[in-house]
Amino acid sequence: MSRSMTGARMVVEALRDQGVDTVFGYPGGAVLPIYDEIFQQNDIKHILVRHEQGAVHMAEGYARSTGKPGVVLVTSGPGATNAVTGLTDALMDSIPLVVLTGQVPTFMIGTDGFQEADTVGITRPCTKHNWLVNDTDSLAETIHRAFHVATAGRPGPVLIDIPKDVQFATGTYLGPKQIAPSRYQPARKGDADAITRLVELIETAERPVFYTGGGVINSGPAASQLLTELVDATGFPVTSTLMGLGAYPASGKSWLGMLGMHGLYEANMAMHGCDLMINLGARFDDRITGRVADFSPGSIKAHVDIDPSSINKVIPVELPILGDVGHVLEDLLKIWKARGRKTSPALQQWWAQIEQWRARDCLAYKPSDKLIKPQHALERLEALTAGRDRYITTEVGQHQMWAAQFLHFEGPNRWMTSGGLGTMGYGLPASIGVQVAHPEALVINVAGDASWLMNMQEMGTAVQFRAPVKQFILNNERLGMVRQWQQLLHGERYSQSWSESLPDFVKLAEAFGCKGRQVHDPADLDDAIREMIDSDVPFILDVLVEKHENCFPMIPSGKPHNEMLLGDEIAADDIGSAIKSDGAVLV
Amino acid sequence: MSALKIERGASSHSAYDLRDYHAAGEERHTLSVIVDNEAGVLARVIGLFSGRGYNIDSLTVAEVDHTGHTSRITVVTRGTPAVIEQIKAQLSRIIPVHEVHDLTVEGASVERELGLFKVVGSGEKRVEALRISDIFRANVVDSTLESFVFEITGAPEKLDAFADLMRPLGLAEVARTGVAALARGH
Ligand SMILES: Cc1cc2nc3c(=O)[nH]c(=O)nc-3n(C[C@H](O)[C@H](O)[C@H](O)COP(=O)(O)OP(=O)(O)OC[C@H]3O[C@@H](n4cnc5c(N)ncnc54)[C@H](O)[C@@H]3O)c2cc1C
Ligand SMILES: Cc1ncc(C[n+]2csc(CCOP(=O)(O)OP(=O)(O)O)c2C)c(N)n1
Repeated sequence: MSRSMTGARMVVEALRDQGVDTVFGYPGGAVLPIYDEIFQQNDIKHILVRHEQGAVHMAEGYARSTGKPGVVLVTSGPGATNAVTGLTDALMDSIPLVVLTGQVPTFMIGTDGFQEADTVGITRPCTKHNWLVNDTDSLAETIHRAFHVATAGRPGPVLIDIPKDVQFATGTYLGPKQIAPSRYQPARKGDADAITRLVELIETAERPVFYTGGGVINSGPAASQLLTELVDATGFPVTSTLMGLGAYPASGKSWLGMLGMHGLYEANMAMHGCDLMINLGARFDDRITGRVADFSPGSIKAHVDIDPSSINKVIPVELPILGDVGHVLEDLLKIWKARGRKTSPALQQWWAQIEQWRARDCLAYKPSDKLIKPQHALERLEALTAGRDRYITTEVGQHQMWAAQFLHFEGPNRWMTSGGLGTMGYGLPASIGVQVAHPEALVINVAGDASWLMNMQEMGTAVQFRAPVKQFILNNERLGMVRQWQQLLHGERYSQSWSESLPDFVKLAEAFGCKGRQVHDPADLDDAIREMIDSDVPFILDVLVEKHENCFPMIPSGKPHNEMLLGDEIAADDIGSAIKSDGAVLV
Repeated sequence: MSALKIERGASSHSAYDLRDYHAAGEERHTLSVIVDNEAGVLARVIGLFSGRGYNIDSLTVAEVDHTGHTSRITVVTRGTPAVIEQIKAQLSRIIPVHEVHDLTVEGASVERELGLFKVVGSGEKRVEALRISDIFRANVVDSTLESFVFEITGAPEKLDAFADLMRPLGLAEVARTGVAALARGH
C-alpha cells in the first residue's frame, strides 16, 4: 500500500523494508531531518562513528561478515568527501554498500552553498552507481533500486544523494514490491555447453589447480560449500587469493594456501606448472599474475566470473564462463557426477610434485627467544584461538600478509581485509562493524602500528557501543611494508618509513576507557593473548616485535611465479641486491 | 606435455566471443550505446573512457526515444582488439546502459557526420570554393560577399577530404557533429 510521508520518514521506512538493522553514520545539517526520524524509532540501530571514513569501513566489515549490504548515513560536503576512501575500497573489493548522503536543497545546488559538494560527480568513479534524488516521490523507489544494484551481480557500493528539501517535502511511499522490476538483472546461470566443456577438461587434466577468489565469498556460503565438495571429490589442489580465504577450509587436504606476491611457494609453483587452471571468482590481479607474459605459460585457463569485464581483462582465457560461481559450481558438479566422476590418474604425480614444493617450507623464519617475531605472534594467536568461531580483520602492510599466511580460515565471511585498494586504517573500523553484526563473537584486528593510527579515533565508537574488539598490534615502529621495499629496491635508504613519536598504546586504551597491555618478551606472549581474548571490553594488545623482519616469500614485482624470493635463501647482507631494478617502476 | 587440447580463443559459447588477443595494432571501432536519458549518464560514459585511458575519436549523443527516455550514444574509439572488448564489457556494466553494439563487427553499417565549414576569401579562390562545394554536394547555408558557410553530410572521411581542399581556399572555422551510425538492414 502506498502512503504519504516526508522524504526523511521514507528513508527510515525504506531501510526497514529492506531489512536493515544497523546504520553507521554521522549527522550534520543536511541530514538533520533523517536523524530526527532515526530518533523516533527503535527498529534500526544507529552507530555513531568518529569519522565518516570509519563509518564506511564499519559498513564494509558488517557486509563482508554477514553477506548483507552495509548502510551508511552521512551529511553533505565534508561528510560525503570523507566517505570517498571507503567507497573506493568497497568498489575495488566488491563489497555491497548503500551510502546515503545529505545535500544542500535542490534550489541551492550549483551556488557553492554551505557544505555543498558535487557528491554524485565526486563519487561517480568510486561507486557502482549513484543517484541524486530530485523529488520526494522518487525517493523510496530509488532506495529500493539502490539495494538491488548494490547486491545484484558483482556487488559494490552505491550512493544516494538526498537534498534537504527532498527530505522535508511530502510524497508517496512505495514498498519494495510496488516498484517495477529492475532492468538490471545480471545472468546467474552459466552457459551449459561451456560448463560441460569445463567438465571435459576436469576429466582429463593431469596438473589441474583451482584458483579461487573473492567472488566465491560474494556468491554466498552455498558457493563455498559447493567448492569444498568439488575440490574434495576431484582431489584437485586449491589455492585462493587474499580475498577468497575461507571459501575452502584451510584444514582441507587439498589446500595449498594463499597464492600471489606473498603467497605460498607451493601455490605459486602449482599455478605456474599447471595444465588446467580453473579460476573461480578471481580477477587475475597483478599481485597474482606477476609478469603477465610468463604467467602460467602451459595451461588452459577457465574463468568463472559474473562480471564480463573481469574476463580477458588481464589474462586471456580459453574458456570463459559468465555467471554466478555458486550456480556454475552446482551445474558443474551435476554434470561431472552424471558423467561418472572421472579424473586423470596422473593426478597422483602432480600431488607428488606439489609435496616436494611444500617440503620447501616457504614460511620458515628464524625463531627467537629474545624478541617476538611477528610470524610467531600470529602462530600463537592462531593456536590460542583455533576452534573458535573467530573473525579477523586486518590493516594493510606486512602484518596483513603474515596474517594471511599464518592464520587459518575454516569458513567464508570470517576474514575482512582491504585487498584491492590496500587502505591503511581499514581494520579497526571494520572490526567494529563485524562486532556490531556479531555481538557475541571473537573479533580481532591484526594491525600494524602505522595503519592503526589512521583511524584510531574509532576506539571511541567501540567503547561507546560496547563492541569488545581486540586490537592486535604488531608494533615494529616502522611503516614495515614500505621499509621492506626500500630495503629491497631503494638501497636501504629508509626515507620516512619510521614511526616516530608513537603513542603509548596502553595509556591510549585507558584514555579511551578500555583496556590495554604491552608485551615484548616472547615468554609473556601467550598470557597476553589470553588476556586479550578473554577481555569483555575493547582491548589493545601492543606486541613489540622484531623491527626489521621481512615478509617472505615474495614474488618481486614484474617477476614470474617461479622466481620467488624465499626468506631463508637470502643472506641478510644480500637483501639489498636481491631484486633487480627493472621491477622497481611497478608497485 | 598436457593431455588437453583446446585452441586458443576456441570458445564459441560465450557472449564474449574471443578474438585474437595477440593481434598487434589498433583498430577503429564505432560503438552504438543505448542508454537511459538521465542526468549524468554521459559523464559516466566519458568518465569511463578517461578514467581507464581509452581513446575517443568522436562522440555524439541525443535522445532517440522520447517516450522510453533513451538516448543513443555513438562513440568512435580505437584500440587493440583486447582493449575494444574491454571497452564494450566496461560500457555494458554501467547501470543505465541498455545495449552496446559494435557496428564495426556486427555487419554493415552506415556512418554519417554533419559539418559546417566557413571559408573566407574573394576572387578566384571564392569561385573555386563554390565549385568544389558543388562537387561535394555541400549546401551553402550562409553567404556574405567575403564568406560562405558550407554544410556537408557524409562519412567522416568525406568531411576530412572537403576540409583539406578548402584549407588553401580560406577555410576559417569548422564545426563537426561527430559520427552518427546505424546498422544496415534489420
Ligand atoms: C600489501 C598487499 C599485498 C597483497 N598481496 C597479495 C598476495 O600476495 N596474494 C593475493 O592473492 N592478494 C594479495 N593482495 C590483494 C590483491 O591486491 C587483490 O585485492 C586480490 O588478489 C584480488 O582478489 P580476487 O582476485 O579474489 O578478486 P576480488 O577483488 O575479490 O574480485 C572478485 C572477482 O569475482 C567476481 N565475482 C564477484 N561476485 C561473483 C559471483 N557471485 N560469481 C562469480 N564471480 C563473482 C568479480 O567480478 C571479480 O572479478 C595484496 C594486497 C595488499 C594490500
Ligand atoms: C592510506 C594508505 N597510505 C599509504 C599506504 C602505503 N603503505 C602500504 S603498507 C604501509 C606501511 C604500513 O605500516 P604498518 O601499518 O605499521 O604495518 P607493517 O607493514 O609494519 O606491518 C604503507 C605506508 C597505504 N597502503 N594506505
